[in-house]
Amino acid sequence: MLLTATASAALMLLQQAPAEGTDWDAEFGVEVKQRDPVTGELPVDPYEQSNANAGAVPYEGAQLAEAFGGREGIRRIAERTVELSQADPRIAAIFAGHDMVRLNRTLNEQFCYLLGAGCDYSGRDMKTAHAEMGVTKADLNALVENLQTAMREAGVPFAAQNRLLAKLAPMSGQVVTR
Amino acid sequence: MIPAAFCLHAIASLAAPLAPAPPVIAYVAVLDMPSVAEQDEPPADPEPVLETAPEPQPEADRPPRIAGMDVLAGGKLLLTNGITTVDGSSGGGVARWATIGGRQMPGGIGLSAHATAIELPDYGWRSYGVLLGIGDRLELSYARADFDTRDIGALLGIGQGYTFNLDTFGAKLRLAGDLVYGETWLPQIAIGIEHKRSRDGALVRALGAADTAGTDYTLSATKLFLARSLLVNATLRYTEANELGLLGFGSAAGEGYTLQFEGSLGYQLSRRAVVGAEIRTKPDNLGLGDDDWMDVFVAYALNDHLTLSAAYVDLGSIATIPDQRGAFVSAQVAF
Repeated sequence: MLLTATASAALMLLQQAPAEGTDWDAEFGVEVKQRDPVTGELPVDPYEQSNANAGAVPYEGAQLAEAFGGREGIRRIAERTVELSQADPRIAAIFAGHDMVRLNRTLNEQFCYLLGAGCDYSGRDMKTAHAEMGVTKADLNALVENLQTAMREAGVPFAAQNRLLAKLAPMSGQVVTR
Repeated sequence: MIPAAFCLHAIASLAAPLAPAPPVIAYVAVLDMPSVAEQDEPPADPEPVLETAPEPQPEADRPPRIAGMDVLAGGKLLLTNGITTVDGSSGGGVARWATIGGRQMPGGIGLSAHATAIELPDYGWRSYGVLLGIGDRLELSYARADFDTRDIGALLGIGQGYTFNLDTFGAKLRLAGDLVYGETWLPQIAIGIEHKRSRDGALVRALGAADTAGTDYTLSATKLFLARSLLVNATLRYTEANELGLLGFGSAAGEGYTLQFEGSLGYQLSRRAVVGAEIRTKPDNLGLGDDDWMDVFVAYALNDHLTLSAAYVDLGSIATIPDQRGAFVSAQVAF
């Protein structure tokens, strides 16, 4: 014990300090992604953009979008859902390390598109977007609860809340991977 | 982690050429610490934790596991474990649903218990039971029902306050689909059995029943249509039970298994509240006027674990005594 400790201490003393200003990322081959100066988003691999990626046919008519407080209300609900989920110990780890700027935008676009509020969805399809995230049904339930909280806080009537969930629920097969 | 970091810090201050600390203090610290070489883990990551992500659950706070399954970890959406039926299965109070009881998710084990009372003009029903849920796949249940004939007992000549007792052992297996998720056209589908044993053997035989025990076979399909906030259930039950089995099974005259139907409609008022109506058809093997059952119910999830339900039930004629309409109340705890 004493010998090992002394030997370790001696080894540490003998070690040379690395040169100042070493580029450790280059040293270990770490690629650093740069956020887009305009959007603040990290780059993603190219994909074909299409509203079909939103995963469902949108509702027609303006009534439902109005129940969500229009485009502005939908944006706030999407952001609040992400915010609640990032603070939710059950699922926060899934969000850590992902681009929240991009998620806020694409989730808003998806909700806005599906609710017939006139947005286009520019994100990836559900299968690609959730690939290798290892999402479980329990994670999905947690997200649904957070979305319900966000909608409730925004005063969206429950039947209208369920109308949005009705569009999202059938996508579970593409999202849940384990 | 902390001792290791402190130890390294002490060594680092030793190593620094201009370290003001007297070497002997650091040396003592090194001596007091566990050996650096015996530390498997690297020193604490000096990088700050990303954003404000909450701390992951410490190992000790995680639910226990048995055979690789989370025990009582919960995770289900409110009310999606259903309301325990009079037979002890997950359902809508009277009708059996394809839902699996307990709050467990796939890979988890859940438990549920319930107590139900039905007050009728001439009878009183009490039932209670426990249920084990395994993943989103299997449900095993036991329920005991006590049916008090009160004054009618004397009238029927079986004794004032004679109480029929019934044990029900249930099993239900989910075959496909999901109550909430997946394709809208694909409901949750389950098959099951309910093995029932009357504890009034001699009496139910005297009443004309062929057997004192019997097994029901069920096929259920249940779906929550979110776009309409509507839950729809249909169950086929192949049964020979008289009054759910309280009055035995089949008849000495040769009446036996028939196919019966259980239907439920529920409207979701909120995450916590649902109102609905049910019908359950029943055979009349004994010719005692065994009627179909109907109810109008409201269920409320007080929290993740406790669900209360109340219903107005119309059980029709029971043992020739007509107009048995009354109140159903039930409490269910689930983990």
